Amino acid sequence: MLTAKLLADRRGLIFLAILAAAAILVPALNLLTPEGSALHVPTYAMSLMGKYLTYAILALALDLVWGYCGILSLGHGAFFALGGYAMGMYLMRQIGPRGVYGNPVLPDFMVFLNWKELPWYWYGFDWFPFAALMVVAVPGLIAFIFGWFAFRSRVTGVYLSIITQALTYALLLAFFRNDMGFGGNNGLTDFKDILGFNIQSDATRAGLFALTALTLAAAYLIARSVVMSKAGKVLLAVRDAESRVRFLGYRADNYKLFVFTLSAMMAGIAGALYVPQIGIINPSEFAPGNSIEVVIWTAVGGRGTLVGPAIGAILVNFAKTTFTTGALAPYWLFALGGLFVLVTLFLPKGIVGTASDYLARRRAAGAKPEPVAAPTPDPAE
Amino acid sequence: MTSVVTPQEPAHLTSSLLYLDDVSVSFDGFRAINKLSLSIQPGEMRAIIGPNGAGKSTMMDIITGKTKPDTGDVLFEGTTDLTRLDEAAIAHLGIGRKFQKPTVFENQTVEDNIHLALKSDRTVLKNLFWGISADEQAKIDKILVTIRLAADRDRLAGDLSHGQKQWLEIGMLLAQDPKLLLVDEPAAGMTDAETIETAKLLKEIARDHSVIVVEHDMTFIRDLGVKVTVLHEGSVLAEGPLDVVSADERVIEVYLGR
Repeated sequence: MLTAKLLADRRGLIFLAILAAAAILVPALNLLTPEGSALHVPTYAMSLMGKYLTYAILALALDLVWGYCGILSLGHGAFFALGGYAMGMYLMRQIGPRGVYGNPVLPDFMVFLNWKELPWYWYGFDWFPFAALMVVAVPGLIAFIFGWFAFRSRVTGVYLSIITQALTYALLLAFFRNDMGFGGNNGLTDFKDILGFNIQSDATRAGLFALTALTLAAAYLIARSVVMSKAGKVLLAVRDAESRVRFLGYRADNYKLFVFTLSAMMAGIAGALYVPQIGIINPSEFAPGNSIEVVIWTAVGGRGTLVGPAIGAILVNFAKTTFTTGALAPYWLFALGGLFVLVTLFLPKGIVGTASDYLARRRAAGAKPEPVAAPTPDPAE
Repeated sequence: MTSVVTPQEPAHLTSSLLYLDDVSVSFDGFRAINKLSLSIQPGEMRAIIGPNGAGKSTMMDIITGKTKPDTGDVLFEGTTDLTRLDEAAIAHLGIGRKFQKPTVFENQTVEDNIHLALKSDRTVLKNLFWGISADEQAKIDKILVTIRLAADRDRLAGDLSHGQKQWLEIGMLLAQDPKLLLVDEPAAGMTDAETIETAKLLKEIARDHSVIVVEHDMTFIRDLGVKVTVLHEGSVLAEGPLDVVSADERVIEVYLGR
């Protein structure tokens, strides 16, 4: 039954197949073809694509809460950054005595600040399994606590969106401070290796790219299995008629809390994959604007479709790279804002939502309607 | 202080399914419910009428836990104090509610709507599975026939007509298998044929459930043929068969309008 339902998800299968192909082909074309060959994928391009894929995971995570449960989080960048910092702390500890100051334990910025010993919250981050746990545990815990208070107090709609912005802004200010012990303004950088592999080498970059593609595939499968379950139907119901759900005897708060926490964990993993490919994590990742961009990617791709936001993240960021490296750079934000307005007005269901509506209309009527029909546009919900 | 005082509860209280005693609630100084007392017996169907602002919807809100009364008791099955519970807990006890405006899950199929309402474990972890048991499927099928929507099971609830949505919502109530159904204006916005069908449907349901119906439509109330309570300014004005109530001078004054 489960396999049958999975196989019925044609859109998802195509998406997974493309990801699997990318996970094999891109690293192969990078490592096995000579530089200068027409087929060669340069390492910087591979890492750039890897970055897009981490953004795709983030957008997929946002879609889970926004598209399926109506929680418009404008603070998902915070969970992404927290996961990134957890990974960054591991990578800092791997530098060891190879830092500028040669201190075997303290990262350079701590030596520079004249710190004598490692703060307690850095303990354990030299051990990869612990750091990996923190990548999901820290964003998950913060989302849980935040959600516990917000959902129980029945904060919804615009008000919830505003406090998620406040959350990421508060973290931005906190991480800017040198005495927080996370490298202040400069953040964490100058990484050397990850799990013993040189972080600059093509092979490591290829491995990270493949891992990111496979993680996106796994995130899709997890999200898909949640939204197809009965709990997923409850989430949709919460989005569309929350009080009805309560009168049916469901504790809507618990469902929101579950999906919000799960989504924050996914965002954390995305951030952890982002940092080694980019080589730096700093407080600007907490900037409120970043979280709003994630919403734009999701809306452009089509919220409530899972595949759409991933595609939206890749397309918008590809456009961003193209734009901001050319003469048009100063106009990028206008283009992004314009894109959001146009999509909201003319493609309220986004690229994938609109395309699947079109296909559904063309197909003969009578087939069972897709239960995850994209919602009517309501930016505040 | 020699005699032992045993609190003597009136007989109708202990046998009542629902018992409201001296309930009051104000919003910003406006007394929506004013010393309201009401009791519903197990298996009873009761119609509640009253002009706009009489407190009908507020009464529903109090029973289902959406609004907390300032004073007074709301007892379910003689012992459970509903004023201490939230909506989900009250739904668990067996009180289902149909809203005035049909509230169904528009982006999901008719069948999924019933599936979501079906009495079952409501926790997140127990619901992270796919599919549906044969037993549940049988219950869903039965309800779909009862509410005359068996042929529309795969349609999105949002595509149904207004009357069909009302029925779907009643079906969702049935799926919860509540002891008491609160039905707010089930015939509002329906065609005459649909109204007659709805009265039939409610009478079918009342055979094995207690039902409170709030309604404006007098013909509909007459079709139901049950005891009527008239609310006015947040308290009970009259109670009895429709013919008796509608002959009451005060009822004619406040309800039928002067």
